[in-house]
Amino acid sequence: MELQLLTYIVVGFTFAIYIGIAIWTKAGSTKEFYVAGGGVPPIANGMATAADWLSAASFISLAGLVSFLGYDGSTWIMGWTGGYVLLAMLLAPYLRKFGKFTVPDFVGDRYYSDIARTVAVICVIFISFTYVAGQMRGVGIVFSRFLQVEVETGVILGMAIVFFYAVLGGMKGITYTQVAQYVVMIFAFTIPAIFLSIQVTDTFLPQIGFGGKIAFEFDNGIEMIEQGTFLLHALDQTVQDLGFSAYTASASGTWNVFMMTAALMLGTAGLPHVIVRFFTTPTVKGARISAGWALVFIAIMYTSIPAVAGFARVNLIKNIQNVEYNAFVNGEARHLDGTVNDGAWFKRWEDSGLLAWNDRNGDGKIQYGAGNAFIGGKPHYNGEVGGHGEKATDNAAPKHELTAQQMRANKEIVNELYVDPDIIVLANPEIAGLPNWVIALMAAGGLAAALSTAAGLLLVISTSIAHDLLGRVIMRDKETGRSKLSEKAELMYARGAAIVAIIVAGYLGINPPGFVAQVVAFAFGLAAASFFPTIIMGIFYKKMNREGAIAGMVTGLVFTFSYIVYFVFMGGDKSNYLFGIAPGGIGTIGAILHMIVAYAVSKVTPPPPAHIQELVENIRVPRGAGAAHAH
Amino acid sequence: MDQNAAQAYWKENISTILKLLVVWFTVSYGFGIIFVEELNAISFGGFKLGFWFAQQGAIFVFLILIFLYTILMDRLEKKYDVHE
Repeated sequence: MELQLLTYIVVGFTFAIYIGIAIWTKAGSTKEFYVAGGGVPPIANGMATAADWLSAASFISLAGLVSFLGYDGSTWIMGWTGGYVLLAMLLAPYLRKFGKFTVPDFVGDRYYSDIARTVAVICVIFISFTYVAGQMRGVGIVFSRFLQVEVETGVILGMAIVFFYAVLGGMKGITYTQVAQYVVMIFAFTIPAIFLSIQVTDTFLPQIGFGGKIAFEFDNGIEMIEQGTFLLHALDQTVQDLGFSAYTASASGTWNVFMMTAALMLGTAGLPHVIVRFFTTPTVKGARISAGWALVFIAIMYTSIPAVAGFARVNLIKNIQNVEYNAFVNGEARHLDGTVNDGAWFKRWEDSGLLAWNDRNGDGKIQYGAGNAFIGGKPHYNGEVGGHGEKATDNAAPKHELTAQQMRANKEIVNELYVDPDIIVLANPEIAGLPNWVIALMAAGGLAAALSTAAGLLLVISTSIAHDLLGRVIMRDKETGRSKLSEKAELMYARGAAIVAIIVAGYLGINPPGFVAQVVAFAFGLAAASFFPTIIMGIFYKKMNREGAIAGMVTGLVFTFSYIVYFVFMGGDKSNYLFGIAPGGIGTIGAILHMIVAYAVSKVTPPPPAHIQELVENIRVPRGAGAAHAH
Repeated sequence: MDQNAAQAYWKENISTILKLLVVWFTVSYGFGIIFVEELNAISFGGFKLGFWFAQQGAIFVFLILIFLYTILMDRLEKKYDVHE
């Protein structure tokens, strides 16, 4: 069947399932809307948490990043999984015992302060919106590439779908939809991974094939790599031949890898849309196990990612190095073993702007190595067509006279290619020549990853506004301490807030602030420097008081925020890095500062009142955790 | 529930968590980052050991740690009679 039609069928089928679930699980109460009634079984909850967590970034971008960074990509691999150990042991069980709906609930109640609650709400909204903008963008990319619709139409379609199950179903609808989305995305990710593993290493499991031997010989442009060489040896050899640093060695240095991994782990454990997941299990024990299940489901993808990254890098170099462009894109090029090396994918991705070729030595063949083929890095198309039918640009790097043979003799390749890491995963099935249904599945998987995360984030935003800000601060009855809103009214506000949040997210998806990639550092840095320390101290340090918590949160936030803004958006120079730490890792220092300041302030201000100390004693003991309750 | 039992339970809970977090830190930050080059001198199959820990092994250890923790906590809660 034709790819286009097949993609429509597969994507349409998955969407029908999501909408069906939304209608079936419509939420009737605030409890169902916020925490799915607190009755989600641990395995289902783990699966939903995994879907929530596995975002467009994990699905679409991560393998590509690791593919180009090699060892340094480990920061994400370890950072985005190791945080679950912290969640399971330090946060989830106690927050479940605490038994309310949101992270600001905990911060506001534990620190008996509306200022703390409001600071928490602002953090939740900021962190979640930066994150959601990236998801909607991911939706747009998948739609425009696989369904040939405009990015705008894609984003609006995505918004409509999320609207359906997030606004109607709340947490209940989202949770069960996410279970379905997890299944879709894990198939979409692992099936191509297995195909690739078999193709590159003759091994079924990618996790094992990663340490296996390559099943073919190829010419990397400098030397021949023999069949039967270990994949990772072939990679180390090849990328060094091409002028990059070794695949299995660190380029950014131990210190920065350390700090960034720590920031990502603490950030993972401090992200509100992840934490809120552990309010939805029936018991404290369930919260612990559910963190374990979540990591099982995440690990299936995360242990495949480095393998896919390795296969993709080898496959890419094998297919494009010194291939004649015209023959390649017309499907007439051949591999060394005589099989067809079909480059139709190259043309398609060139059209999407994520791939570009600049024939610098005029030999009509693609050469790939380290260095920029376009001035400033990314290609700017000028709408014209180059000498071989490629898309021409107005920032091509200068020409030279070296032939491929001379470069081979010099052991140095002049790069002619721009490859955006984002295409690695999505183009993988095409590069490897996998069947059409695998490519269609890929589109559905990318959408599932983006939509599931977006829905989780939107729910957190709407809950924060309706429940924490309106219900607990603005509309609170001063005398009784209760919300003046009826449950029905709060639910209505929550749905209203969700609608507004979806529209804002859609706007951000269509008009992305040009720095979506950098804001990820923001979201994680802020979560690491604000929520993680404040929750940990709230549970493990009984004497932590309101003054300490507020001082700590403000210090952590202001420090991390200013550091990232200064170095990422205002062009601060690397030589001024504090202890040489890149912005991605600064959340770790923010978290440490937060704890020091909070501790110092708590020592010189009055201790928390007795009923708060009792509350802390109470959340430390599992017995007596009822269902998550209203106020 | 009596106060002393609650405190004894909490103490043992903390020491369990600390032991597991020592392993967590050693495997990820120790093997995967700080001593990665030293461990890379050791190979098995096509993997260098340090690199393997950073991109595969650490995740497997994280999984074992969480499930081990749930089992240990189950026992602990029964011992102090604080289970749900």
